[in-house]
Amino acid sequence: MHLPRPRGPISEAVVEVVRGGRAEIPSVTDIRSEDAQIALWTVYELAYRGFGDASPDAERDLELLRWRHHAEDLLEAELRDLTRAAVDEARAAAATVEGRLRALVDAGPSTPLARHLQRRATREQVLAYLVERSVYHLKESDPQAFVLGRVDGPAKVALGELLYDEYGGGRPERLHSHLYAEALEACGLDATYGAYIDQVEAPTLLSNNVMSLFAMQRRLRGASLGHLAAFEATSTDPCRRIAVGIERVGLPDAAAAYFHEHVEADAVHEQVVMGDICGAAVAAEPAIEDDLLLGAATCLIIDAEASQALYDAITAPAPELAGAGR
Amino acid sequence: MSSGAPDAGRAGGREAGRDPVRVRVCPDGPLLLRGADEVMDADGRAHPVTRPVVAVCVCGGTARAPWCDGTHALLNKRRAANNS
Repeated sequence: MHLPRPRGPISEAVVEVVRGGRAEIPSVTDIRSEDAQIALWTVYELAYRGFGDASPDAERDLELLRWRHHAEDLLEAELRDLTRAAVDEARAAAATVEGRLRALVDAGPSTPLARHLQRRATREQVLAYLVERSVYHLKESDPQAFVLGRVDGPAKVALGELLYDEYGGGRPERLHSHLYAEALEACGLDATYGAYIDQVEAPTLLSNNVMSLFAMQRRLRGASLGHLAAFEATSTDPCRRIAVGIERVGLPDAAAAYFHEHVEADAVHEQVVMGDICGAAVAAEPAIEDDLLLGAATCLIIDAEASQALYDAITAPAPELAGAGR
Repeated sequence: MSSGAPDAGRAGGREAGRDPVRVRVCPDGPLLLRGADEVMDADGRAHPVTRPVVAVCVCGGTARAPWCDGTHALLNKRRAANNS
């Protein structure tokens, strides 16, 4: 993958420094702007697959680390503000961490996206959805894998079990990111990692960046597990609807297969992550419960925002994403 | 597993050297099975277990029997709405 297209002065400077050049990266005034989000995504990506045109040591560049620290502090503060009311309500609604996670999920925001894809979306709108979600699904579970080394005992065992399933259960052809690549290819889309990064919108970048924010710092391990819990607990219903939608518009079986697999897998993972991972993690380290709820509420709110934004974009009279399937 | 006589280690259906099948009951949800090889559905058809843990539907609402497909959450929500 090559470095993404800068979307403003911040990402321009970040890309320049990642390339090995020198630049002072401007401070962030709006952490939700696409400029700040693509810049943060770029800095995080250095810890995943990286870029062919990046300097080999960019991951440890002090200017990038300084800027990331500043951007992460702003983002974390924003997320704590955004989730405070939902977390307080969940805390009052139940006494156990599993009960509190369930309360968060039950009260979480919903969007018309999955129902639209199921019942009314055109083929082009379904393709636009597949493109937008490729940013995450081509590195599915990679953020959460960073957390495995930071927990211990039963929580580690259960997280390892969940990741083993996500990573194909010993069968490369069942690797979930590979299933997604097959789905994209079957639909005539580009399955190359990062292929669509230059066209995805800020809310999608944000929904990816919060996973990396929680995954990259040991301090936030609870938030990463909580995010995973909410993600898995809100997956089966949309996946079932999207599989129906894909079949309805006549896209190939390989595309629907990815979502069928996730109905079954995520029905399992929801139970594993709620009871076996989060319950055990909080039993071992009660102090991380607050961050666990922060992570879960973040997932619910930020992913709903991304879903709503995508719904608005694909159903707008002059859809900006209509060319996604070219 | 040992290469001894196949039945030598059997006790209560459990083979020597092999972990027992573990079942966890999820509140208002499915049964989580670890270590099972196959699950027999109501029609007597055997479904092989292909992942490290499987969730078996107990609410009867699944469209992917015998596996859970998350439908219990919708049924629970509907039931709660009817009771309130």
